[in-house]
Amino acid sequence: MAITTGLKVLEKEQSPSKTAKRPGQPSKLSPWDIVKVSRHSERPVFEDYIELISTGFMELHGDRYYADDRAIRGGFAHIDGHKVMLIGHNKGKNTNQNVERNFGMAKPEGYRKALRLMKLAQRFNLPVVTMIDTPGAFPGMEAEERGQAESIAKNITEMAGIEVPIISVVIGEGGSGGALGIGVGDRIVMLSNAIYSVISPEGCASILWRDAKYAPDAARALNLTAHALLKHDVIDAIIDEPGEGAHTNYKVIAEKVKKYISGQLKVLSNIPVEILLQERFEKYSAMGKFERLV
Amino acid sequence: MGWYSKEIGEKKQQKATLWIQCKGCKSHIWEQEWVKNLNVCPNCNYHGGITATHRANLLFDKNSFYELFADVSPVDSLGFKDLKGSYEDKITANKNKTGINEAVITGKGQIEGIPAVAAIMDFRFLGGSLGSGTGEKILQAANFAYDHNLPYIVFSASGGARMQEGVLSLMQMAKTCAGVARLNKKNIPFISVLTNPTTGGVTASYAMMGDLNISEPGAVIGFAGRRVIEQTIGEKLPDDFQTAEYLLEHGFIDAIVNRKDIKSYLGNVLSYYNR
Repeated sequence: MAITTGLKVLEKEQSPSKTAKRPGQPSKLSPWDIVKVSRHSERPVFEDYIELISTGFMELHGDRYYADDRAIRGGFAHIDGHKVMLIGHNKGKNTNQNVERNFGMAKPEGYRKALRLMKLAQRFNLPVVTMIDTPGAFPGMEAEERGQAESIAKNITEMAGIEVPIISVVIGEGGSGGALGIGVGDRIVMLSNAIYSVISPEGCASILWRDAKYAPDAARALNLTAHALLKHDVIDAIIDEPGEGAHTNYKVIAEKVKKYISGQLKVLSNIPVEILLQERFEKYSAMGKFERLV
Repeated sequence: MGWYSKEIGEKKQQKATLWIQCKGCKSHIWEQEWVKNLNVCPNCNYHGGITATHRANLLFDKNSFYELFADVSPVDSLGFKDLKGSYEDKITANKNKTGINEAVITGKGQIEGIPAVAAIMDFRFLGGSLGSGTGEKILQAANFAYDHNLPYIVFSASGGARMQEGVLSLMQMAKTCAGVARLNKKNIPFISVLTNPTTGGVTASYAMMGDLNISEPGAVIGFAGRRVIEQTIGEKLPDDFQTAEYLLEHGFIDAIVNRKDIKSYLGNVLSYYNR
């Protein structure tokens, strides 16, 4: 299904647009425009990347406690010759898909499934690749009842100690704790029009500006773009999107994502596990900016 | 006794009234009685807010608390401005208001004779939000506990991540949990005390990761905000939703303990720890 959508888009726009920016250059788009591109209805989703960057995806189901959350999928796969555990938020592209997948908003069972698969990866000595694309963890009554906070907290804590390399790619929306719940990696990379934020710009605006219509201002203030986050040392790299965004050329973006993952897997797989974990600890210990008063 | 006379003194200066209205039962309580009862309503047992310093005094044996990492202070690294002004100004205002540099105080001391490290959040400081400085102190205190093989206790009181620091604040969830993970690996006890309120990113990180999670009566504990959930499901939530009692029933906390009993409860727990 998704691949046909992808090909349709490919046919529509083969050549890069005239407004294409040079690689590595900050986008000409405003932060709010980037938010809109990150949520574009034809933007490639996890399912597309499964098809385009991996082969032999063998999906595994269920958290062993409650259910199989369709908002997060995962399983064994090959990426450019590397055997990996591939896990991602499962956004859809139309209403039917999104109803089934809850718009990529996972419940505790989704995070628990993801953790189960990461532990399985450790058992099989396979690196983990996670793909982040969620508006956030599902804010519903049953999610709270079953421990939404606990499931995310557990993943974040356990990921600090998973004894295989972890690469996290933010392919669309990095929505707060719901993103971080599968996002504690040795490498965090963002697509150039992806966003990563502590709160949605609309949510931030309605709290700090008392009105969601100030979302564009909040988007700017939150520094949620890939370029801002590279500058603030949160992410390791940016994968430049073709033309006016990943939705304009699935093939090109998929190839770039595959190349990045493959290259980093080569680097990370040569690091002894004790050093890998020590470096992961140091990476997250160094996150944030504060000062020490004299 | 330092905090005691100071607090009463401050309040007298601010407002001439000597009465406090309980947020739980709305009854008026003689301020001296309220403070003597540890900011807990003598009528309905509503547990009111309490400063981190006050808590440290309640928790640790007399003269045993030694503050660590007090010099860590927030910075406005994003230059964040909203309608009401800049984050930088808010930092200054909150420091002046509370007399502390971050939304948490950290240190070591003795609880009924047992040495322990604690991080105690203060809701007055920017709603107890988890910023980079907050995360740094909670991690450093965890590292101190790790290095000295001491049990670690965190008292949470927080609205969640600090929006004014963007993703830097979100990453504090991973940073603090990395510290908890190391304690887990070394089998050093980590006890989380969730107080009113503990929500959002703090609940979804260290606050839920205690080897024991305990709470005070009536504390609001949750991930998503009540209003957000009501909008999602389109109906009113039950009154006890996201309370300590609700979490106890659903298996996420070990016990609900009255403020006056927390010290002896923790002392009792720690007495089971064979170092």
